[in-house]
Amino acid sequence: MPNATMEQKAGPAPALTVRGLSIFFGANAVLKNVTIDIAARAVTAIIGPSGCGKSTFLRAINRMHELTPEARMEGEIRLFGDDIYSRDIEPVIVRRRVGMVFQKSNPFPTMSIAENVTVGLRLNGIRDKKILVERTEESLRMAALWDEVKDRLQVPAISLSGGQQQRLCIARALAVQPEVLLMDEPASALDPLATQKIEDLIIELKKDYTIVIVTHNMQQAARSSDFTAFFYLGELVEFGPTTKIFTKPAQKRTEDYVTGRFG
Amino acid sequence: MTAPNHRSRNAMNVFMQTLSFVCAVLVILPLLLVFFHLLSQGASSINWAFFTQLPKPVGEAGGGMANAIVGTFTLIALASLLGVPVGVLGGVFLSEYTHRRLNWWVRFTADVINGVPSITWGMVVYALIVLPMKGFSALAGGVVLGLMMIPLIMRTTEEVLQLVPNGYREAALALGIAQWRMIVQIVVRTAMKGIVTGVLLALARVAGETAPLLFTAFGNAYWTHKLTEPIAALPLQIFSYAISPYDDWHRQAWAGALVLILLVSAINIGVRVLTRDRFSKRSV
Repeated sequence: MPNATMEQKAGPAPALTVRGLSIFFGANAVLKNVTIDIAARAVTAIIGPSGCGKSTFLRAINRMHELTPEARMEGEIRLFGDDIYSRDIEPVIVRRRVGMVFQKSNPFPTMSIAENVTVGLRLNGIRDKKILVERTEESLRMAALWDEVKDRLQVPAISLSGGQQQRLCIARALAVQPEVLLMDEPASALDPLATQKIEDLIIELKKDYTIVIVTHNMQQAARSSDFTAFFYLGELVEFGPTTKIFTKPAQKRTEDYVTGRFG
Repeated sequence: MTAPNHRSRNAMNVFMQTLSFVCAVLVILPLLLVFFHLLSQGASSINWAFFTQLPKPVGEAGGGMANAIVGTFTLIALASLLGVPVGVLGGVFLSEYTHRRLNWWVRFTADVINGVPSITWGMVVYALIVLPMKGFSALAGGVVLGLMMIPLIMRTTEEVLQLVPNGYREAALALGIAQWRMIVQIVVRTAMKGIVTGVLLALARVAGETAPLLFTAFGNAYWTHKLTEPIAALPLQIFSYAISPYDDWHRQAWAGALVLILLVSAINIGVRVLTRDRFSKRSV
């Protein structure tokens, strides 16, 4: 890892500092001049109506937006001080430090539960059986799935229920030990009970991880996040502690959105 | 609720349904005809000697097509050596790497090549390999069949890779897995059965080719010991026996044709079994 010298500041130093971030797809500006600090070991919720650029913001943090043809960015994102868009950093390295969980659970159908958890390690060259076994249990425990699957680690991952599959995807992302975990509407395809489990999990995980979560669900943002950022038409309208955003927003547009008057 | 002209509409409906049914039966009919004809003409000549002995000279009874059967398998193996890696990797390129203009040309070329008459392939390989090597050879026969397999395999591989949901690619990339590893270990692995199906269908298709082998593998009444020698193949043997004036050889030709169609059918049935498994898995 070329980032061995990375200084990991504890405490109030932000995990991510975003400065003047704009993202274009062709001539279309999807994100406009966003500046924001994402606190370490806290949950930051990104809210806003469809098409406001919140998913694009999330995908810019692990450079996944680059998969879209003709994507272009301006500005700067630093992860614990490291410029993730610097010339000598490969997207692959950024993505090992910034994990992601998607809206639709996507465990690999050709692999067992255990294989799914360790795939990120194995395909990055880690072969030590002991490490793989340890990391499987550790990750599944962190994802609150261990007790449900410990007796059937070798069964196909797609035999799990939807909610379990999503927690498996979280375990898979945690297994490579990222510093930041991005979640793109992780519970929007799940029933209320499974959603509840994911939310509990998010609160549990923030002890060790910096979490950025995109959500359409206002209650979810209010319940599980410490900070909330409201995006509208590609701009960051308001950002602050979640309690403030939901009770005393400074902007009229934020108030209208969180109270459900539009969106 | 009756439309004013519902009677004529219903009649039209019944007519069209009957017409489609008749056409559907017409699709199956030729296969049944071929199969039963081959059975009635060829089954009597299929015996142990047919699979174990070389052809006998005219006038001598018995003999078999052992060398042609082995020859066909040899040619298919040689063709696979060329056609499978190039076809599969080409399909991977078309599906996984976005290179819009090049992809358009490759796809277009593959489709055009698919339509090239097989005898043309024979002539091309004759000029490129047989002439410089100064002789017909198993090698040339394998190359011509391999070349014909490439576009077939490439297009089916591309199609089945496109069926792999993009979410798997994104999930793998988001784990910091390098693109080529993601392609090999996630995408190709997920689509493996479909790729194998495409390869088998291409094999079944070229196994029965005759025209391109006339200029390349040429045929051989004996065993072939080196890949640089001419080699026998079932379709070639059938061809030369069928145009001969001898009844005994005609019977052998029928038997050869029966073996060939059984071989091709076996491959096709294998494909059905594979794909059935694939769809049952996908529906989870």
